[in-house]
This record gives sequence, structure tokens and C-alpha cells, in this order.
Amino acid sequence: MSRMEARFAKLAAEKRAALVTYSMAFDPDRAASQELLNGLPGAGADIIEFGMPFTDPMADGPAIQYAAQRALAAGGTLRGVLEMIANFRQGDNETPVVLMGYYNPIYSWGVEKFCADAAKAGIDALIIVDLPPEEADELLPHCRANGIDFIFLTTPTSDDSRLPTIVGNASGFVYYVSIAGITGTASASATAIGDAVSRIKKHTSLPVCVGFGIKTPEQAAEVARLADGAVVGSAIVQAAADAKARGENPAQAALALVRELAAGVRGARG
Amino acid sequence: MTSLNTYRAGPDERGHFGIFGGRYVAETLMPLILSVEKAYAEAKNDPAFQAEFRTLLKQYVGRPNPLYFAPRLTEAFGGAKIFLKREDLNHTGAHKINNCIGQILLAKRMGKERIIAETGAGQHGVATATVCALFGLKCVIYMGATDIERQAPNVYRMKLLGAEVRPVTSGAATLKDAMNDALRDWVTNVADTYYLIGTVAGPHPFPAMVRDFQCVIGDEVRAQMLEAEGRLPDSLVACIGGGSNAMGLFHPFLDDASIRIIGVEAGGHGLDKLHAASLTGGRPGVLHGNRTYLLQDDDGQIQEAHSISAGLDYPGIGPEHSWLHETKRVEYVWVTDDEALAAFQQVTRLEGIIPALESSHALAHAAKIAGQLPKDHLMVVNMSGRGDKDVNTVARALGDTFGGLL
Repeated sequence: MSRMEARFAKLAAEKRAALVTYSMAFDPDRAASQELLNGLPGAGADIIEFGMPFTDPMADGPAIQYAAQRALAAGGTLRGVLEMIANFRQGDNETPVVLMGYYNPIYSWGVEKFCADAAKAGIDALIIVDLPPEEADELLPHCRANGIDFIFLTTPTSDDSRLPTIVGNASGFVYYVSIAGITGTASASATAIGDAVSRIKKHTSLPVCVGFGIKTPEQAAEVARLADGAVVGSAIVQAAADAKARGENPAQAALALVRELAAGVRGARG
Repeated sequence: MTSLNTYRAGPDERGHFGIFGGRYVAETLMPLILSVEKAYAEAKNDPAFQAEFRTLLKQYVGRPNPLYFAPRLTEAFGGAKIFLKREDLNHTGAHKINNCIGQILLAKRMGKERIIAETGAGQHGVATATVCALFGLKCVIYMGATDIERQAPNVYRMKLLGAEVRPVTSGAATLKDAMNDALRDWVTNVADTYYLIGTVAGPHPFPAMVRDFQCVIGDEVRAQMLEAEGRLPDSLVACIGGGSNAMGLFHPFLDDASIRIIGVEAGGHGLDKLHAASLTGGRPGVLHGNRTYLLQDDDGQIQEAHSISAGLDYPGIGPEHSWLHETKRVEYVWVTDDEALAAFQQVTRLEGIIPALESSHALAHAAKIAGQLPKDHLMVVNMSGRGDKDVNTVARALGDTFGGLL
């Protein structure tokens, strides 16, 4: 059983949804983002999405765009990102880590070699924003060969004719992008999210995690009642950035928010 | 690869030219990209659509524009006979309008009410704002803050035409960053918005569709040269940023094996310094919806391009050009900012035609090679746009303030 399957089995036994967190590697620098990463399981993150910085994050709003710029300015490289995850794995062999970002750095590395190196570093899954099902066949076989889940995105524009194409090759979980838009901006209504999750579940037996626009513990709790996981990204990234601007510890500020989000998710179905 | 029967059959049904092209976009956009593909496939085969396109090109754009024999340039270069394809005489002053007419008809056919576009030099922004005015559609143009400054006259033209120009400040605030923000807008307003991409790049079907709309350039050149000289040209030269004017000229001639075809990239300050020569100085990667040659570092991060010409200041190139480069059907070279500036002045003085800085790159390369070619060699250079918009940039580069007038 993969770390991802084991985690969802544990969550099912606890009858609760997952808190999925996103933070950007090397933001605002390597030490702070390592401190944040290593502290996430203790703060209540069930699944960790770790962002690879990219110069042209076309699907991201300002919070994550700036994070990527800070990360690159701090010397962020894909090699460094893998080293950070390997470091994390020395203290945690259970929490699934999803590497999230854009395709070009991976393509540049070489997809076959990258998948092998990523598995070795302890990565469980990939979310590649600009690799839709139509192009994913160049990466999928190498993911499978190395036991890495490729997480497909579904969106409000994925209708019933499109969904089978998307979930046909999915493993790990299915990510529902709850708004048509970029990260860290608008939020969807609970009704819209509930309807979408039910529709997606007609096409797959995999867990469905919902992201985009979830910023507060209340919103996370609401989504946790409707789906198998709530993903929070921009709010965590922003909390770290704001703390840094105030001269406070960015990692600890982000972890404080994660603890609140975790309490929200854990209390959601109570 | 030289055994190919045709260079004109691509892309395949998934939008690939060899390994290049494709549809590397966020899932939110995929259904829309697929519907653009379907709508274009239907329009392409609809005689009524084609007739409306041709009529507008004739009556609104002013086509066909001349293939002008340039006697004084020919004499100055001292070899090949130089012909200029006068895209600069089109309505709005560049080849960009050809594509905009085609795509606005498609957007209308798809029932879209809001048009967005990115622009570098502002020529595509002006052309997009123009067709939006013509059809009464809402228009938003994304333009890098750096480009807004160096292309101020075009910014005001867009505003007069009723478009909203949104300044983009991320990255180096040039064309690449404008394209990122246009994609962010599209993914947010996917239901009512059409993204009118200005060059032969982006996700399939845009590279093929923009090429098809621009092929009117090469189709006209073929007929005009046959009429003028009784035979086909010997060589074709065009500048390349994304590569739409070049593709429009080249594509109808790709299967005429005797014709030498040359694309000229922007060499900026030189290839060991800042430049925009993606094919010569880059390697394959994925950005803005397609796989193509990109300027990037060892880690796959995209590098900033530089060219004195805002329209060529982009770290990528259309995917079909990448394929024509690897198959070696087209020869790709580069010239520097300084060489383009020299050609700008020479052509202005000798022919009384002020070329765009973009087109000046093609002219600069023609100047380099024409003298070594025989006097019966027929060379076509694409005068892709006029240079009025560049007067301030050129004055600044030459250190000329005209007594503070500029």
C-alpha cells in the first residue's frame, strides 16, 4: 500500500477529511521553507503539496506568483526541492508529499530520470498544472514505473463528457479546482462544491480533494463536510509572507494557520 | 528528414509538429481549446466563412498589397533583385490584421462577446482593438509596462479604438509576462471570453490557425512574382519573434525545394549577451501552451529576452518554426539591434519607406547576403510592418533628441 493509500485508509477509519496544505519550496528562503515543511505533520497537515518555483506560473494568482519570485531569488532549483523532500523524509515516512508546479523544469530534467529521482527523494505524487490528459502520456508511464501518482485536475468546466477522459488514468486522488480562475482569488459556494463532488464521484472511486479559494478554518471545515480533502495554499503562503514582512518567523506563522485549519477540518463532521 | 513529401501537412490531430506544439494548458481551458479547434475546423471548410474573410481582407485591410521591386536597395546591396512584400501598407500598418480578421470572425461564430489579447510592439493590440471596434465587441489588451512606455503611440491608438489596456508589471514587464496575464484572464473568464492570440504560438489550434490566416501573404507573393518575373522567387527572408509574418510568407513555398527560406531572429546585444534568438540560443521546452525552442537556464526556468524591437522581445517561437529548424527546411539566423537600426535608416533613406524595427531585422540580413548573390536572383523580404511606432525608440537609440522634440 502506498503512503497515499495508507493515509486515505487512516482518514476513512477516523471518518474525516484530509487537510491538504500547499507551500512553496525556497519561499522566502531554503531554511524557512524546510522548517515549515518539517513542521506540517505536527501542525495537522494530512497531505503536503510542495510547490516547485517557476518563472511563469500562469495558473497562479499574486500570492503564489510572488512566492515563486522570492523562491527563485533565494536560489530555488528543482534539485534543491528534491533535497528538501529527502530531508523531510528522514523524520516522516508516512505523510504523502505531492510535488506541484509546471512542466518545463521537469521536462528540462528529463521525465524518465526525474520520476526515478523524485521517487528516491520520497515524493508520492505529482500535480503538473500545464499537463492535461491530452499531453500526460509522455510522463504517465514513468510515474507508474516509479510508483508515483499523477494527480489530475477537474474543474467547473469539466462536464460529464470530459470527466471520463480525466479520471480514466487518475490515481492517488482527484483534485477539484472549485473555481474557473487562478489560485488565491474567488471562492465557490458550498452548493456548487457539493454538486461538483457528487458528479465527479459518479466517475471515480478515488478520493476527491477540493482546492482554490479556501482561506479560513471555517471554509476548510465546510469543504471537509463535502469532500475527502480541503486544499489550502495561497492563505498559507500569504501568512508566511506577512509574518516575514513584520519581522516575525514566517514558518511558525504559517504553521499557526495550519493548526487552525486542521482544527476546522477535524471538527467538521463532529 | 529530407525525404518528406510535404512540409505542409502538419500538425497532426493532436496539434504536434514532430515533437513540437501540443496543448499544454490548465485543465480549465481544455474544453474551450477543444471547442476552438472544432469551431475552426468547421469554419475552415465553410465557404461562407472563407468568403467573408476574403471580402474583409480586400475591402477593409486593402489587400492585395504590392510586391514592390526596390531599385535603390537592389543597387546598394549590389546583387540579388530585392522585392519588398508591403504588409506595412495594410490597414493598421502591419501583417497582424490578417489574423485578427480571421479570428474575430471565428469568435463571433462561437458567440463570444469579450476579446482579450497580448501585445508586445502594440501592433497586434491595435489590430485586435480595431476588429473589436468593427464588430462592436468588448476588448481588453494585456501589455507589459516596459512596452507601454516604448510604444506609447500604439497604446493611445488602442484606447481611441475603445480597448482597455491593462499594464502588466510582473517579470520584465514585456510580451512573455503579458501572455501570462492574458492566460490568467482567460482561465478566469472562460465562459464569455475569446483569447485572440497574435502569433503562430500557444496551444493547438492557434499555431495552425494563425498560420492559415497569414498564408495570404505567401499566396499573394507567389502570384505577384509569377506576374512580375514569370517565375518563383529564389529566396524568402522574414523576421521572427513568434513568427507569424514569416510563417505566412514561408508556408505556401515550403514544398518548392529550390527556394531558399531564411528566418531572422533578434540577436539583441549579441548571442553571448541579452538577445531573443530562441532557435539559435535556446533549446526545446514547454511554455504558454506549446513545446518549442525557449530561452531557459539549466533548471528549465525561462529567461528574459531582449530586443530593441518590442515585437521580437520574446523568449520563445512558434512550434512549427522549431520543427522547420530541426528538419532544416528553413535556415534560421540572427542579427543584432545595431544591425537592425542600420537597416532601418538605410531603407528609409534609399526607398522612402520607414520599416518597423521588427522588419528591419529581415532587411539587415538581406543586406548581408544579397551582395554575394547573382543579379538574376529574386529575393523577397517581408516588410511586415511600418516603423512610425518606432520613431521614438530609434531617436533614443541614435542619441537624437531633435532639440527636445521627442
